[in-house]
Amino acid sequence: MTTPPQVSAPDALHAVSLIVNGTAYALEIPARRLLSDALRHDLGLTGTHVGCEHGVCGACTILVDGQPMRSCLLLAVSMDGAELTTVEGLTEEGDRLGPVQQAFQDCHGLQCGFCTPGFLTTITAGLRDDPDPTPEAAREMIAGNLCRCTGYQNIVKSVLRAAELQRGGGDA
Amino acid sequence: MKPAPFSYVRPATIDEALATLAADPHAKVLAGGQSLVPLLSMRLAQPSTLVDINGLSELAFVRTDESGVRIGALARHRQVEDDGDAWRAQPLLRQALRLVAHPTIRNRGTTLGSVVHADPAAEMPAVAVLLGARVVAASVDGRREIDAADLFVGPLESALRSDELALEMVVPANPPRTGTAIDEIARRHGDFALCGVAAVVSVGENGAIETVRASYLAVAPTPHVLDLSEAFVDGTASDRNLDAAAEIASGALDPDADIHGTADYRRHLSGVLTRRVVRDAYTRATAPDAQGAR
Repeated sequence: MTTPPQVSAPDALHAVSLIVNGTAYALEIPARRLLSDALRHDLGLTGTHVGCEHGVCGACTILVDGQPMRSCLLLAVSMDGAELTTVEGLTEEGDRLGPVQQAFQDCHGLQCGFCTPGFLTTITAGLRDDPDPTPEAAREMIAGNLCRCTGYQNIVKSVLRAAELQRGGGDA
Repeated sequence: MKPAPFSYVRPATIDEALATLAADPHAKVLAGGQSLVPLLSMRLAQPSTLVDINGLSELAFVRTDESGVRIGALARHRQVEDDGDAWRAQPLLRQALRLVAHPTIRNRGTTLGSVVHADPAAEMPAVAVLLGARVVAASVDGRREIDAADLFVGPLESALRSDELALEMVVPANPPRTGTAIDEIARRHGDFALCGVAAVVSVGENGAIETVRASYLAVAPTPHVLDLSEAFVDGTASDRNLDAAAEIASGALDPDADIHGTADYRRHLSGVLTRRVVRDAYTRATAPDAQGAR
């Protein structure tokens, strides 16, 4: 019979390496640390917002190896070696807004801004899969994210505008 | 809230995972974590040890042959949903996965994890029972196969022992002249269903209905499968027969009321959805579409 591997004490710290927005970080964290908290508290990347903390609201959505996931539903210790993109990583060189961010500004796609980081990351990945969404597909793309301010209409417009910007319709 | 402290192990082999589970009856397996992590955060679950199987990449498979689809413990919903061979062999998998939460959750959550989590409001347990799937479970004592029909004991309770790891699920292929469909009613897009129904309809060579079976989620403590064939003795999907099938369903089910819906409402939905999915499954059984979805 195989001997069980070493089981850590519940309060033990674990060494975890993450690449976040292209920068490598080495962390020492307890196993129970949620990835959302590791980003915010351990790395100081407070752009990722924590809303419901049980996977319903979508505010904490980040990209894990390019795919959108809820950072509050991931344990940081389990993500050793992953490449993450948070909302801070969507900004382009020279601190210019990325196309999705620019579209939100153009279309008034946010009011209080709490849910916005989750929308921006979700839409960034969504437009990669579907660069020219119909209004129906744009609604489907954001269906897993909650916003209590906008009533969603301007967010749908922002998705379509971001697609336009990415296709090079910059000043349209 | 935050999860209570737990010990953490990331085994490098299946044997190491099994040895850890054997040594600690209060250990819990972490795969996608899309159901487990919220339970940890709300402290509804407080395992002593988490056995993180995300390093066991040999379990991240979806394999299809003429007999059916084998889904490894680390295959994400998205991977199963996107797999064209799996879709052609058993279209109900993709049809059902599209109703599982949101794409963001399906990027991480695993299909087998959803099955053994045994949530009565989840789609994949109901689909597993309807299709006669089997789960291969391993422990340090060896392996066994569990029929999905024997897997679900109660809400969030499966027949898996605490020392067992579910390795894969074997889903039989869709037989010829057989159509499948699933639909559900939820309060919000991507939320848990108030009632969901999946159906499998088989027709004979003359196109007449031979068997109709349906599986019900969120209206019983475990997935509930009904044989509705008796409503279709003349072989047609007439309105009268569909009504009779809906009546059998709403008569056989005894849903609980909760904050989201009354028992009567859920029973009503079971009838409405029965009509809808049986009709759709029948249409697919008689006229397979060009892309091979039946």
